[in-house]
Amino acid sequence: MDKIVIENFSIRYSDGVESLRNISLSIPANAVTVLFGPAGGGKSTLLRAINRLNDLADVKETSGRILFNGQNILDPKVDVVELRRKIGMVFSRPVVLPMSIYQNVSYPLELMGEKRKSRLDEAVEKALKRAVLWDEVYDRLHDPATAISGGQQQRLCLARVFALEPEVIMLDEPTSALDPVSTARIEGLMHEIKEEFTIVWVPHNVQQAARMADYAAFFLQGELIEYAEGKKLFVNPKDQRTSDYVTGRFG
Amino acid sequence: MADATLVSSPRRTQEWVINLIIKLSGYSSILFVTLIFIFLMREGLPALRNVPLSSILGERWYPIEGYFSILPLIYGSLVVTVGALLLAIPFGVGTSVFLSEIAPPWMNQIIKPLIEILAGLPSVVLGFLGIQVAAPYLRRLLDLPTGLSAFSGAVLLALIATPTIVSITEDALNTVPSGYRQAALALGATRWQVIWGVTVPAARSGILTAVMLGVGRSIGETMAVMMVTGNAPVLPSGWDFLFTPVRTMTATIASEMGEVANGSTHYQVLFFIGIVLFVISLVVNIVASSVSLRGRTRAERVLS
Ligand SMILES: Nc1ncnc2c1ncn2[C@@H]1O[C@H](COP(=O)(O)OP(=O)(O)OP(=O)(O)O)[C@@H](O)[C@H]1O
Ligand SMILES: [Mg+2]
Repeated sequence: MDKIVIENFSIRYSDGVESLRNISLSIPANAVTVLFGPAGGGKSTLLRAINRLNDLADVKETSGRILFNGQNILDPKVDVVELRRKIGMVFSRPVVLPMSIYQNVSYPLELMGEKRKSRLDEAVEKALKRAVLWDEVYDRLHDPATAISGGQQQRLCLARVFALEPEVIMLDEPTSALDPVSTARIEGLMHEIKEEFTIVWVPHNVQQAARMADYAAFFLQGELIEYAEGKKLFVNPKDQRTSDYVTGRFG
Repeated sequence: MADATLVSSPRRTQEWVINLIIKLSGYSSILFVTLIFIFLMREGLPALRNVPLSSILGERWYPIEGYFSILPLIYGSLVVTVGALLLAIPFGVGTSVFLSEIAPPWMNQIIKPLIEILAGLPSVVLGFLGIQVAAPYLRRLLDLPTGLSAFSGAVLLALIATPTIVSITEDALNTVPSGYRQAALALGATRWQVIWGVTVPAARSGILTAVMLGVGRSIGETMAVMMVTGNAPVLPSGWDFLFTPVRTMTATIASEMGEVANGSTHYQVLFFIGIVLFVISLVVNIVASSVSLRGRTRAERVLS
């Protein structure tokens, strides 16, 4: 089943250049879809369009449709707060909020109005376990979140998203600021949970793209060049440009 | 080459001189504060010997007849300052939040210069407006014997403290990383939830600094307050205390210092009031810096 269907989507920032041109792409549920390609290709722009974080940016015009569970989320009538609760996002630099570890995870629930301590405790523990962070922080949940390591912070951001219990998890170069061990952990984690979610992943290099992709989409300067199952695209790319990029001839 | 680095070069001497100058100016500020304090003590402390404590802590300030109670003056300063802060903090912080989080750029470009003008306005001018416009209006509105009251003083002081609070709070809000806002929004926060739950708490130490500088501005302000508070050094007698005339410590010193004989009891008591002011502002500063340090956790300090 396709969770997100993008139809002829284009977007232009106020600088006038089309950052995405006529993109059509179906993102299936319960799999990892990788969006990759050289810098400035429009991958982050697409993610921010999907959870409407682009509302904050200086966007001049958009066209096309982005269907989430069949509903066009570009419709101005869409409740963006509700949408963002269903589509969680992790950024490339871990952004822990200036609160305790516990509060970082309980924050999205409190935003939804959950006040019962027992429920929060339960949800925080569950989310932290899910992000494989619980064992490292259970004895200092009330320390400031800034006091843990970068890799732990990124897993904390993941735990925060898990606490939302979203349908989709988008990750924009989530491991670009992390060491190899932390990177492997997060990749492994995503593999384990992908049956339950729809995962959209922007990797920070081709190797990671190839490792992670159930489906892969190659973006180049605002265009979607090729979209296929990961196995096909990396082993036997159809487009010369994809082939060049995947084999390391440019980018 | 290897040898040259071991020989003291002109650059070294230069650095030594700069170092010395910086150290001297640093130490001199300590020296000046100490000298001021010693001077205040020397002139003011004899008041305690010449005026009985029961008079200093009495009810009336009427120096010509020998009544030297400073309580009405401390009360005057307190009610005006606290009143001003109760008005200025919500107003100032609210304005900054509006400017940095909500207002469109064109509105910023109009409001910010206006606030800077307000900051640059001599307080006498504000005092004049207070006497001529605000006080008569207040008198008619509430049907009071006079509009020159603690309340007028508080409003005016709030106006004086607001620009300070606004500009420093706004700086603090602007240094909050935009990643925080994005992350909170991505978690399904509404705009208000982001502002009150993330941005303002993240800027809290800066906001506290802003408030403390605002307090400083209010306690020290003399001229405008003298003009609009009605200058009656009396303790309050009823629930209408906000709307009766008062007189602050600074206003008392400013208006009476010119006419006392050097070294007289009256003169000593005025200096004693100076000591009280000095101690109050010292306490405010110590409390402020300890609170703002405690507010920042270890990790935040390491990161900043
Ligand atoms: N907020 C913005 N305002 C204006 N232009 C933007 C904005 N964000 C992105 N762009 C432009 O849109 C284009 C695509 O940028 P985007 O960040 O989506 O690329 P990307 O594929 O994520 O690249 P990277 O791999 O470097 O993260 C770029 O040309 C960029 O300059
Ligand atoms: Mg990007």
